[in-house]
Amino acid sequence: MNILTLVRQVPDAEARVKISQQAVDLDGTTLVVDGMDEYGVEEALRLRESGASVEQIIALAIGPKRNEDALRTALAMGVDRAIHVETDEQFDAVTLSKVVAQVAHAENVGLILVGGQEADWDSQALGAASAERLGWPQLTWTNELKLDGETLSGRHDVDDGNESFRVTLPAVVTTQQGLNEPRYPTLPNIMKAKKKELRKDDAASYGLQARVRTVGAEIQTRARRNTMIDGKDPQAAAAQLLELLRNEAKVLA
Amino acid sequence: MILIVAEHAAGKLGKATLEMVTAARESGREGPITVLVLGQNVSAIATEAAAVADQVLVADLPQLATYNAETWAAAATQIAQEGEAHTVIIGGSRSGREYAPRVAVKLDAPYLEDVTSLKASGAALQGQRYTYLARVTETVEAEGPVVVVTVKPGSFAAAAPAGAAGEQYDVELTLPAPRVEVTGKSVEKSSRVALTEADVIVTGGRGVGSPENFSKYVEGLADALGAGVGATRAVVDAGWRPYAEQVGQTGKTVQPGAYIALGVSGAVQHLSGMGKSKNIIAINKDAEAPIFKVADYGIVGDINEIVPALIEASKR
Ligand SMILES: Cc1cc2nc3c(=O)[nH]c(=O)nc-3n(C[C@H](O)[C@H](O)[C@H](O)COP(=O)(O)OP(=O)(O)OC[C@H]3O[C@@H](n4cnc5c(N)ncnc54)[C@H](O)[C@@H]3O)c2cc1C
Repeated sequence: MNILTLVRQVPDAEARVKISQQAVDLDGTTLVVDGMDEYGVEEALRLRESGASVEQIIALAIGPKRNEDALRTALAMGVDRAIHVETDEQFDAVTLSKVVAQVAHAENVGLILVGGQEADWDSQALGAASAERLGWPQLTWTNELKLDGETLSGRHDVDDGNESFRVTLPAVVTTQQGLNEPRYPTLPNIMKAKKKELRKDDAASYGLQARVRTVGAEIQTRARRNTMIDGKDPQAAAAQLLELLRNEAKVLA
Repeated sequence: MILIVAEHAAGKLGKATLEMVTAARESGREGPITVLVLGQNVSAIATEAAAVADQVLVADLPQLATYNAETWAAAATQIAQEGEAHTVIIGGSRSGREYAPRVAVKLDAPYLEDVTSLKASGAALQGQRYTYLARVTETVEAEGPVVVVTVKPGSFAAAAPAGAAGEQYDVELTLPAPRVEVTGKSVEKSSRVALTEADVIVTGGRGVGSPENFSKYVEGLADALGAGVGATRAVVDAGWRPYAEQVGQTGKTVQPGAYIALGVSGAVQHLSGMGKSKNIIAINKDAEAPIFKVADYGIVGDINEIVPALIEASKR
């Protein structure tokens, strides 16, 4: 069985975002591997290290050239090979799931690991949409995972708490904080990674057609009142704050 | 028709359902607003839903006693197809955003995810959504015979009853057997209002100092104000509070009327979860803390002094 881990290259959290021509412009922005995906790469490696019968761990990225960096990071962390479906066109997650499903079929994949929420587009849809296309079950917001033969068990967050689960592979798992601590690529591994396969696929061969158009983008600058209260006299500050919340903001009864 | 899949918990219709009805009304899309109630022993919920909808479809089945992504997706898809829905609206909860993409794939429909607004724009359906750690608002649109949408909780007002109650109909469903076996469940019980439903939230950060202080100050103030309790990741990682209370990029997104941050620095990942709150109130002893840049009201002071005074004063 092979494991497929999806990686994306996104702006560093602290990086400034700018807009030009009604769209987010990433020119000159510091980019990093999406943290949520890194949990997936790390978990794939750990599942193999824990003795599960995993033949190959394959990293997949779909998107512009810059995603190569994310794939290099995954290779340096320890995945065996990478596939880059290169395209400059922006596709929504449900459309991208077509690529994931086709690659999963072609590569004899039994488990897909993908970040629970994209750090740039905030979407949570890729895992679920890929699972549906493949006809597989899915586990989202997973923070504990164990693979025993074909049986995957673990724990994940749900609306009102968390659940322990068991499912037979194949399956799609979306990963999040708490699952593990992703390793840093070591220098020898970075060197080794340079020799690993990074295959380029033609996006056109996957038959993609974007279904969601972005027609505008705006940086949020909400004017805040910024009323500052001196806390030197705690009683007076408390009374003043409550007064403002009741009578100016009208948020307290 | 516009199909809304009801969110409900503990025998009650969730506020999210009322918000979705408002989204449907505001969208300008035509046709009856239909609410689908999936679950077991849901007649009271269906009656609540009927007050705001043109019609309510009820599937009261033992197989629906607990939520499952594949079952819910199959149910919503079947009803959308049979009712020839052109718009399917699902809640932007964790579960909603988990099964909605499956519905979109099954219906071969485009998916507008986690929108904060919804309106017809010619043949297309247009919505806004927050991206890039909620620092950008993007406007997205899609068209098709049917479009699937999830609506971000707290983005729309709760719908008020309009006219006569809608008719209720029982529906028959063909459901797949769930493949994920749930072997244990831990419900994070809280006597307080759920974070996503709270009008006021008091959140504690590392600056609160200790788990004991968290109870004393954060829970103490929340109790005095009838508020929900939130926490930063630093606090959750330190094991002071459960993950369910975490607000931020990797926690919950909230937008209450008032968000009171105690000893919270205001890191971007935290701001992305609470930056849309109508009023942000920050108490921090460091006048340079980034949280003050987004605050409507700020007190520069020590939690240990200010919060007891606030609790005392709010009781008066
Ligand atoms: C991928 C990723 C995802 C993340 N997701 C989240 C998330 O979902 N939510 C989240 O919150 N964070 C998240 N973080 C972490 C985030 O970057 C910050 O580390 C975190 O929010 C800081 O928490 P804090 O404000 O409680 O602590 P600190 O940054 O330590 O701030 C404590 C504040 O308390 C003040 N203070 C100290 N003592 C007192 C006192 N006696 N009285 C008054 N004020 C006092 C200090 O001046 C300081 O400003 C994420 C990080 C990453 C990398």
